Amino acid sequence: MSDALIMTSRALRLSSRQLDALLTSLMLPVLLMLMFVYLFGGAIRTGASYVTYVVPGVLVICAGFGAATTAVSVTQDLSGGIVDRFRSMDVPGPAFLAGHIAASVLRNIASTVLVFGVAYLVGFRPHAGLAGWLAAAGILLAFILAIAWLAAAFGLLVKTAEAANALTFVMAFVPYASSAFVPIATMPWWIRGFARNQPITPVADTLRGLLLGTPVGSSPWAALIWCAGILVAGVVAGGLLFRHRTA
Amino acid sequence: MTDELAIEATGLKKSFGDVRVLGGVDLRVARGTVFALLGPNGAGKTTTVRILTTLTRADGGRALVAGHDVDRERHLVRRSISLAGQYAAVDGLQTGAENLRMMGRLAGLSRGQARRRAGELLEQFGLAEAARRRVANYSGGMRRRLDLAASLVGAPSVIFLDEPTTGLDLPSRQVMWQVIARLAGDGVTVFLTTQYLEEADLLAGRIAVLDGGRVVADGTPADLKELVSGQSLDLLLADSAAFDRVAARTAGRALRTDRDGLAISLPTDGTAARVRALLDELDPERSAIRSFSVHTATLDDVFLAVTRPGRAAARKEQETTHV
Repeated sequence: MSDALIMTSRALRLSSRQLDALLTSLMLPVLLMLMFVYLFGGAIRTGASYVTYVVPGVLVICAGFGAATTAVSVTQDLSGGIVDRFRSMDVPGPAFLAGHIAASVLRNIASTVLVFGVAYLVGFRPHAGLAGWLAAAGILLAFILAIAWLAAAFGLLVKTAEAANALTFVMAFVPYASSAFVPIATMPWWIRGFARNQPITPVADTLRGLLLGTPVGSSPWAALIWCAGILVAGVVAGGLLFRHRTA
Repeated sequence: MTDELAIEATGLKKSFGDVRVLGGVDLRVARGTVFALLGPNGAGKTTTVRILTTLTRADGGRALVAGHDVDRERHLVRRSISLAGQYAAVDGLQTGAENLRMMGRLAGLSRGQARRRAGELLEQFGLAEAARRRVANYSGGMRRRLDLAASLVGAPSVIFLDEPTTGLDLPSRQVMWQVIARLAGDGVTVFLTTQYLEEADLLAGRIAVLDGGRVVADGTPADLKELVSGQSLDLLLADSAAFDRVAARTAGRALRTDRDGLAISLPTDGTAARVRALLDELDPERSAIRSFSVHTATLDDVFLAVTRPGRAAARKEQETTHV
């Protein structure tokens, strides 16, 4: 456990010193939200003020960007030889990964708070009670944690930081084919099946419903099942890949 | 499994896919000594180190490090050893002091102990002034010294140094040599790999030469030099036709042949009678050899004699004809 804490403080220190990457991952979601609200938002009809509709989507995409950074850090550590030193010092593999994941989650919480702050300034007014806020935070945290593990596993899978960066593109585009930015009903029929049945949609729908105090139906359960599935897949794949890559 | 041995490896085998990297390596390293594993690129040095430091599992054979089995007691082994690799394994974005403090904490030191130990090591390795600078701004030599310092935070009893000076310029290399020599003086066992004979000769009490995944020679530097008969006779030939004639007559005994340089080296005991006999035998016409010199064998001669395919066999044959 103390090894995991040392690894976490290391990962946080390293990310605080990659200022350009840190600023990008903090600013990108905010800029994206402003772009959607002010440039596209006027043309998108969602039945409510667009900023209200889009905030959950921005939070989800923001989690994706943050996780992609994690994949790159893991790959860099693995190719740099420092992992061998950690292993020769008997630092367990899970502690090393946990350090990266914890740092990833903390970075993501920071950018989430920033998104909420700016969203409030541009007119986002949630109507959630305390329970709604807590539930929304819980779902978002579960999602952030799950894709951080997935990203760490991806970082262990690829050999170069450039390849690890490819995850950024996946994380940046998959949310567009979901209910995160526009209602699925407005999409062409052939993409609706994918959009309805991918993890971003239930997560975004749940966040939206909880924050606005509207009915959420079964989407929290779908979101939690997706998060649990991704988490298990990430943890298992991460464990196996770590052993394989460092054997 | 004697107590005097810090490292004892028997029949280590390792293949990666179809490529056999180690074909049965035996090593014995006494406690408190400096041991050099010498070999060309691709000989299997790094694989040997990775097995002994528990980072890679051997396919066959057995190894004890600090009295513990590297496979079944890897956690105990890890508590007694440290590793400084070919690539300085420190964080470029942390300062030298931060890197050492982190390693100290991972080695189980308290916050205060880690800070003190980092300070001591930075002082000892001449990095005190650079302590607060990020490692990304260090020179190659400074990075290696920090890497070596990082491997010492936990006061290990066996230190593995995988090519600690590869890629360094001569002054940085000399500083590393001083540091390693000092470690040996402190009673730590040092297992070093290198491609440089000079380095092995200078630092190590015993040397094993690894080639093609096997130990092809081992002993003290003096033992190894003895393998090539102590002396070598270097011939300079008149022209390439003369070179070919003489080369044919050496019948595989040559330590070294260099057709472009018109040079051939042969082992000899250095006596006048033996040198005269060799010259007569190789050049009965007395026109092919332009000049000759006799010198005491260096480790280079040993290295070339034992690591080139066919050389070891040729040498044995030569030995038997003259004994």
